[in-house]
Amino acid sequence: MIVVNDIHKSFGKVRALRGVSFDAPDGRVTGLLGPNGAGKSTTLRVLYTVLKPDQGVATIDGVDVVSDGLAARRRIGALPHGAGLYPHLSARENIAYYAALCGLDKATIDDKVDSIIGLLEIDDFADRRTKGFSQGQRTKVALARALVHDPQNVILDEPTNGLDVMATRSLRDLILKLKDDGRCVLFSSHVMQEVAALCDDICIIANGKVAIDGSADDIRERTGCDDLEDAFVAAIQMVEAD
Amino acid sequence: MRTLLTVFSKEFVDNFRDRRTLATALLMGPLLGPVLFTFIINLSIERSLSDADSAMQLPVIGAEHAPNLMRFLESRNIELVDGPADRDAALDAVKTGALDIVVLIPVEFGEQLREGSPARVELISDQANTEADRDARRARNAMRAYNQQLAALRLVGRGVSPIIMQAVTVDEVDVSTPSGRAAILLGMMSYFFIFALLMGGMYLAIDSTAGERERGSLEPLLSLPVTRDQLMLGKIAAACTFMAMSLMLSLWSFFFALKFMPLEQLGMTPNFGPLVVISAFFILAPFILVGAAVMTLVASFTKSYKEAQTWLSIVLIAPTMPILIVSILNVRSQIEFMFIPSLSQHLILVDMVKNEPLNLLHIAISVTSTLAIGAILTWLCARLYRREGLLG
Repeated sequence: MIVVNDIHKSFGKVRALRGVSFDAPDGRVTGLLGPNGAGKSTTLRVLYTVLKPDQGVATIDGVDVVSDGLAARRRIGALPHGAGLYPHLSARENIAYYAALCGLDKATIDDKVDSIIGLLEIDDFADRRTKGFSQGQRTKVALARALVHDPQNVILDEPTNGLDVMATRSLRDLILKLKDDGRCVLFSSHVMQEVAALCDDICIIANGKVAIDGSADDIRERTGCDDLEDAFVAAIQMVEAD
Repeated sequence: MRTLLTVFSKEFVDNFRDRRTLATALLMGPLLGPVLFTFIINLSIERSLSDADSAMQLPVIGAEHAPNLMRFLESRNIELVDGPADRDAALDAVKTGALDIVVLIPVEFGEQLREGSPARVELISDQANTEADRDARRARNAMRAYNQQLAALRLVGRGVSPIIMQAVTVDEVDVSTPSGRAAILLGMMSYFFIFALLMGGMYLAIDSTAGERERGSLEPLLSLPVTRDQLMLGKIAAACTFMAMSLMLSLWSFFFALKFMPLEQLGMTPNFGPLVVISAFFILAPFILVGAAVMTLVASFTKSYKEAQTWLSIVLIAPTMPILIVSILNVRSQIEFMFIPSLSQHLILVDMVKNEPLNLLHIAISVTSTLAIGAILTWLCARLYRREGLLG
């Protein structure tokens, strides 16, 4: 369960977040939707504690991300945007390194690494060094690395970037499986169809503020648009008007 | 502690597999110094030997006017050859570098000699040309010796002892030992050790900050349930290990390189046996922490791998500065120098190579102050690693 309450963040003069609030409950998929530069990544970065908000509170399972970052990080698995791997380590070693840093013991590490490799279907290249991997292979390994310790809350920043159709589908299946396990999944995207197909709740961000949030039907109803894309544009225009 | 170990072993394996890191850490650093040294020393020995023994060619104009002088020069292993046609041609030849030196004997030489007035000989050379200067000095010395011989004969001819020409004689007593003389030449070798030591950890230091950031692996790493201090310390520990290996290799490669330097011919016997190699390692080891922390600190301010490399090449030169200043001023070990990293290690190492008794107080101060500075710098690194701007 992730709760974000009125967070603000500025980088010098640029006001990246101007009061973002939303909830991402367990057992549901929450999509953060917005145009480029809307503040999606900044919001997620605050949640996985690499950035501190200037104002406002965010909690993971009730743990404050600012005052107890370490405990908050223990409850999440994060896939940052454009996450890089260690090119001299094999895919398996990359995943095992994260498992070890998450505090799993030696025997558990091997089991967990094997099972996540099976789940994400990366057996074929698991023992190759990651240098020269394709974007899709890299994303899968990075995803496996983020999920290896079975986190309750999963934060994915544009996970489908650079994935082909097959990989996107298997990622979608994985997200739905996580949801069925009762996890909280929060992911960002700028692709409308993806969000519409997967998310129980949608939070549209523009200009550092939440334009509108709710289920897809909710949003269609409140903007008076039948098409979700039109609703998206309408919501963004609402924010930019003030 | 377990996290630290995990980070350490990952960094160690990762860098061990990186050919570039391995080549600079374990090949270039340790081998550059000894190879360069062997080369320079062999070259300088060759030159100093050729000075005395080899025959030298001396172009002469007007040799027929001074047959005795010519015979005297030939007896000094100087081979006489015909010079250019005239004085102007000789000046031109020396100016353009076609000839190094030319001796010109004027027609009136014999007459002046007979009269007992100073007989003039011209030595044409380019003093800016160091190579030619050696030959010029040799020709000048030979002619000076001829002058003294002739003057002494004249005094004897007038019934005066030539001894009266020597009012004061200076006897030089050199108290330097063969090991001491070696220290002059080998004084710079401590820099090569420090250089090798820094090279050993350079790529690791870059990798842990600028490299991880550029690759995009830093952000996911920071989202893990570990503290940034643990990550930083694990990375610094891995860098230190590589640096220690590089230093050890460098000391041993120097030990073997010394066997290929004919130093005895220069009257030097450096005290650099296996025991000195091992003690030198422990003297230099505290500097490893300072080096690792400084390089990490500098690299964490940079925006990219390339920029970090540029800045770190400056860091590689920095430790030479105190050594250079002290070498120029030619000061001996003093207690206050022992507080300065790199300088204190250099001075102790020089004493060791000179085979002088070691000052234990100096060693104690050097080790503790260098370690303390290293600890402060490491703490600073950890502080920097905690800031938000780290992600760039």
